[in-house]
Amino acid sequence: MKGKPAAGHLRADLLVIGGLLLLSLVLYLAFHLGREEGGWAVVRIDGLEVERHALSVDGSYSLNGGTNLLVIENGRAYLSYADCPDQICVKHAPVRYTHEVITCLPNRLTVTVEGGESNGVDFTVGGIG
Amino acid sequence: MKTRRITIMAMCVALAMILSYVESMIPSPGIPGVKLGLANIVVVFALYKLGWKEAVGISLLRVFLVSLLFGHAASLMYSASGAVLSLAGMILLKKSDKLSCVAVSVLGGVLHNAGQILMAVVLMGHNVVYYLPVLILSGTVAGIGIGLVAAILVRRIPTE
Repeated sequence: MKGKPAAGHLRADLLVIGGLLLLSLVLYLAFHLGREEGGWAVVRIDGLEVERHALSVDGSYSLNGGTNLLVIENGRAYLSYADCPDQICVKHAPVRYTHEVITCLPNRLTVTVEGGESNGVDFTVGGIG
Repeated sequence: MKTRRITIMAMCVALAMILSYVESMIPSPGIPGVKLGLANIVVVFALYKLGWKEAVGISLLRVFLVSLLFGHAASLMYSASGAVLSLAGMILLKKSDKLSCVAVSVLGGVLHNAGQILMAVVLMGHNVVYYLPVLILSGTVAGIGIGLVAAILVRRIPTE
């Protein structure tokens, strides 16, 4: 009977599974080898940057009119509150390295760590001195 | 015969919806898209036992109904893009007849995640591609489990 259990397919199956595991490992290494501690937590809604906060300054920030709460502590950023039912972003481990990202799909919001020196000043307002 | 087929398909849709609901109660590790994909058991089963058109119908109907009942505004777009890519891949791979349904399910799982990333890139920008490695890994591991279960069902459950 054709289509009987895998014997004939086993080799090809293992090749596919092995290939995918290898691919994920290679991508993981590619993304992580060049990483470094980031300077900023960048908040985007619908892919557009709405605010950024220095990782060197502890603080908590209400995002998107209160749908999410961003906390920065000891150079790491995490979301401590989300108004959505799935709470996926709240469970995400704190991020500190460049390219790490926390996503809240329901609120179309991402928090990405980006590089660049942060000198502890969020915004420089012109006209002082 | 036609009524029988419609009934089987309706049961498959209902079962896939229940599996999606059960899965929604399993805690997530904090990365969107990392999940078992229990409903894919039904889709793989349908693909092998009923035919590809039936599998497409069951999968898309399930995505639509589940997003409507348990999802949020964006979940339909993510689920639909994942489901379409996953279905297309699984149908082609099954036609090629080079892989067992375990590997077909694995690639279906990975393509589902890839489709969701694609939609996320469109909606939220390129920074979400950094989820790709962990989603390929989770799709592969979950796909193996789902595929093994589907293989048993395909062998044991008579449809005609």
